[in-house]
Amino acid sequence: MASLRDIQTRITSTKKTSQITKAMQMVSASKLSRAESNAKSFVPYMDKIQEVVASIALGSKDVTHPMLVSRPVKKTGYLVITSDRGLAGAYNSSILRSVYKQIQERHTSKDEYVVIALGRVGRDFFRMRGIEAIESVTGLPDQPSFADVKEIVRKTVDLFSEGAYDELYMYYSHFVNAIQQDVTMKKVLPLTEIESSGGRLSSYEFEPSAEEILEVLLPQYAESLIYGALLDGKASEHAARMTAMQNATDNAKELIRNLTLQYNRARQAAITQEITEIVGGAAALE
Amino acid sequence: MKTFNVNIVTPDGPVVDTNVELVSAKAQSGELGIMAGHVPMVAPLQIGVVRLVTGGKQSELVAISGGFLEVRPDQVTILAQAAEKAENIDVSRAKEAQQRAEQLLQSKQENVDFKRAELALKRAINRVNVYEGKL
Repeated sequence: MASLRDIQTRITSTKKTSQITKAMQMVSASKLSRAESNAKSFVPYMDKIQEVVASIALGSKDVTHPMLVSRPVKKTGYLVITSDRGLAGAYNSSILRSVYKQIQERHTSKDEYVVIALGRVGRDFFRMRGIEAIESVTGLPDQPSFADVKEIVRKTVDLFSEGAYDELYMYYSHFVNAIQQDVTMKKVLPLTEIESSGGRLSSYEFEPSAEEILEVLLPQYAESLIYGALLDGKASEHAARMTAMQNATDNAKELIRNLTLQYNRARQAAITQEITEIVGGAAALE
Repeated sequence: MKTFNVNIVTPDGPVVDTNVELVSAKAQSGELGIMAGHVPMVAPLQIGVVRLVTGGKQSELVAISGGFLEVRPDQVTILAQAAEKAENIDVSRAKEAQQRAEQLLQSKQENVDFKRAELALKRAINRVNVYEGKL
């Protein structure tokens, strides 16, 4: 049996660990509420832009734009949104597992696809497997503003226009609630699945012309799709980390309980032994 | 005078939501003035100033970069990648950005993305102008 001192050391160290995980859990909880409100303030923008895109792209049939047309797929782009740091439970691994599985099912050679990584974990995951992400961003803040991600988002959309890939899928974790996050795959480009928000589609005057407006509008729309996914992913990340740290704290408590029991038993055994020794010693003297 | 509702929305949240008499903005095809009862329309905007005229000839300036304007019978929406009211502009940051962009443009190096630097310069100048109340 471990000595009293050993058990005491383990109890202390487990307590310290649980203090840390508890603190991390609370930090994530507050970050989660911030992330949720960020995602909420993005909704009006997304709704509006979707409405306008739908009414222009669906409203006038004779309008076309390269981003609306599916072309033969020679190369596929995968945009993978992960976090920079671990300790978030299955958050990163479930996204990466799903992307990697999809890639292996669809493609036979590395020339058929490219990866764009948002987040260090995703980038390193692909690097380990010999796939260097063509674009990557790490060190994004916990509450990214649009200005923070403008560069990468624009580049992603530009690469499609330049023909670096012919379709673009994005993988991220969709925030359902604090205990549930679903890995989601979404086709971003070409924009063939524009959801019409129903309702009336106003017939607009276009100034100067519908084509020129799409020229401005569609990239902006695609960019906001990606930004929306990123906000969603951030909320999921904080939620996942919160749950993971909650579990860690609970496990630490359980461990401390068991160790304390063991400690008390050992202490009791030591006392009993001492008494027996004294009694034994006294009896030997008589 | 008749008023109508104006919304300026960015990815980081709504910036403006008020009733005004006139909206004046710089579209890519030229200056646009919109009053109540305007025909439904969509137009892309330049990096520039949007002027919101409320009753009594008071006007408010908003710096806009990259976006477009949508007119509906009852309301006007401006969707922009960034928008700041004059009083919220961080002018020292804008001036720094302006200097940075100018230096970049003058440096004549080969690896400088001139188009981007030019856009950055435009945005910075626009912010400074709006802050100082110039049109």
